[in-house]
Amino acid sequence: MAIFLTKDSKVIVQGMTGATGMKHTKLMLGDGTNIVGGVNPRKAGTTVDFDGTEVPVFGSVAEAMKETGANVSVLFVPPAFAKAAVVEAIDAEIPLAVVITEGIAVHDSAAFWAYAQAKGNKTRIIGPNCPGLITPGQSNAGIIPGDITKPGRIGLVSKSGTLTYQMMYELRDIGFSSAVGIGGDPVIGTTHIDALAAFEADPDTDLIVMIGEIGGDAEERAADFIKANVTKPVVGYVAGFTAPEGKTMGHAGAIVSGSSGTAQAKKEALEAAGVKVGKTPTETAKLARAILAG
Amino acid sequence: MDLFEYQARDLFAKHGVPVLAGEVIDTPEAAREATERLGGKSVVKAQVKVGGRGKAGGVKLAANPDEAVARATDILGMDIKGHTVHKVMIAELSPEIEAEYYVSYLLDRTNRTFLAMASVQGGMDIEEVAEKTPEALAKVPVNAVDGVDIEKAREIVALAKFPADVAEGVAEALVTLWKTFVAEDALLVEVNPLVKTKDGRILALDGKVSLDENADFRQPDHEALEDKAAANPLEAAAKAKNLNYVKLEGEVGIIGNGAGLVMSTLDVVAYAGENHGGVKPANFLDIGGGASAEVMANGLEIILGDPDVKSVFVNVFGGITACDEVANGIVQALELLASKGEEVTKPLVVRLDGNNAELGRKILSDANHPLVQRVDTMDGAADKAAELAAAK
Repeated sequence: MAIFLTKDSKVIVQGMTGATGMKHTKLMLGDGTNIVGGVNPRKAGTTVDFDGTEVPVFGSVAEAMKETGANVSVLFVPPAFAKAAVVEAIDAEIPLAVVITEGIAVHDSAAFWAYAQAKGNKTRIIGPNCPGLITPGQSNAGIIPGDITKPGRIGLVSKSGTLTYQMMYELRDIGFSSAVGIGGDPVIGTTHIDALAAFEADPDTDLIVMIGEIGGDAEERAADFIKANVTKPVVGYVAGFTAPEGKTMGHAGAIVSGSSGTAQAKKEALEAAGVKVGKTPTETAKLARAILAG
Repeated sequence: MDLFEYQARDLFAKHGVPVLAGEVIDTPEAAREATERLGGKSVVKAQVKVGGRGKAGGVKLAANPDEAVARATDILGMDIKGHTVHKVMIAELSPEIEAEYYVSYLLDRTNRTFLAMASVQGGMDIEEVAEKTPEALAKVPVNAVDGVDIEKAREIVALAKFPADVAEGVAEALVTLWKTFVAEDALLVEVNPLVKTKDGRILALDGKVSLDENADFRQPDHEALEDKAAANPLEAAAKAKNLNYVKLEGEVGIIGNGAGLVMSTLDVVAYAGENHGGVKPANFLDIGGGASAEVMANGLEIILGDPDVKSVFVNVFGGITACDEVANGIVQALELLASKGEEVTKPLVVRLDGNNAELGRKILSDANHPLVQRVDTMDGAADKAAELAAAK
């Protein structure tokens, strides 16, 4: 069954006709994603050929949805135009918008998040600054490499793209139900908690791996949620133990300020909630393996 | 990016937040004319990006231009909590103060909204106020779409229990401060203290502003606010080449792809270092996806140029990027550096996994560079890099 994305998902790509959009649309099609259209008002009415697959371009998200029944949009729109593109997706009430774009100003992401709330939260936003999500063997909405692993019974939620790939690789022989990259920005749509709740409810997921990093208190809140609501085993990993205070570690949201947002605090909170936390990605994978082996 | 007080003052003034006159100078003699322009008296304020400068002697009154020069002489070059004072602000003397308040706007990550904070107990460390008398600090969520108009500002003022005689003045200041917050793409704007003077004015006497660098594309003026002189030279060189680099205290140079993986690499190296004389990672460097030979060369050049670095750990997981391209990048980068006449003497440990890893490993083996070693697991490679750094 998987979470958020299945073989039945009909996917459109906002920003499909740009270089990054073209490259990843081709890869997503290769992974079996049902891509039903692209959005670009200046190229509406044309089609783009991806190795023999003709993908139509629509003038708006609403039009694409009307014509194709699309229910997922993946956004590769540059930072300066990302807010308008997300607002368009929200206005069209598309059920899922996956915002890959890196480098969106916080005032823009806070604005589209507030806008989504005001509009009744009809659009689940994943990202921004995320690799998207994949349900191996079914569909891929974003930039996670489709060939790392196969369908399986582990659910993965992560702030970091490359750590998502690393963890999928470590556990590639077991396979994943879905892997969701929620992004490393200070303001993101879907949180660890949202993904944990969905994996808990997903009959195809037996174990959840949760990857966090320094900054904010999302992991601590996820720990509280796990304690109260998650019955499936959860294995965790937190990156950034050696990060000094006040320095942003690559992701805009990855910063320790004062005593808040440290990796140690997150690890302790997760362990207090019964989550087994690995010291390295490899050790984390071993913990997951041990639990699944019973 | 955190700004100096004088830069915050300038932005406040630009958007109508009431401030006193002031100008920044970097030589003692300039304090004379600046003070004369203010009518003969001034406050000489050290410009450092750290709190507690008043207690450290970094803020002094000057009763006349000569005194201003003397105070500026004292303060320029002073060390305040590890920050050297290179600039002072010569500010207008405040009218007599009757009360000190606190106001700020910032991002509330937990609730994914903005937050207004206000207190009638200003002038001191607000974290202390929040801890000791939390009821004295009003925290009011501000929706990013609705913002702060005069109605919302009055609501904040009422919740913070400002006295009636200053309520409207503070509300007006809050509206202009919100304008600053939005128009400048700030992550934080803070006024502490916001004061009520005896003659009934509301003034922002000191402030902090932090700007969002992701908004630089629409904030062309912000580049000039960067404190280029204070930047670590390696960080400045990396920034000039668009590399995401942070200098740390350690001996193992780190290059990786993806912020999370690089952060994780730092940790794994630090753990490995515990078995090798306590060596630590020397830096954070994320070369991102699709690292070309040129990007790899730029990265290697920065890392190898760090005198603290004794060994280098290149940790790449090929996602979309194929490992054969990364391997070619490393080989070409070493050739490129050699052709520039830069002698590479530090050992490199390379771990490649993921997309086309076998091909990439073969390229490295075939190149057979005397300084490059391949280790095929992340933990194993970290251990090797730490061992090599400790042996140097």
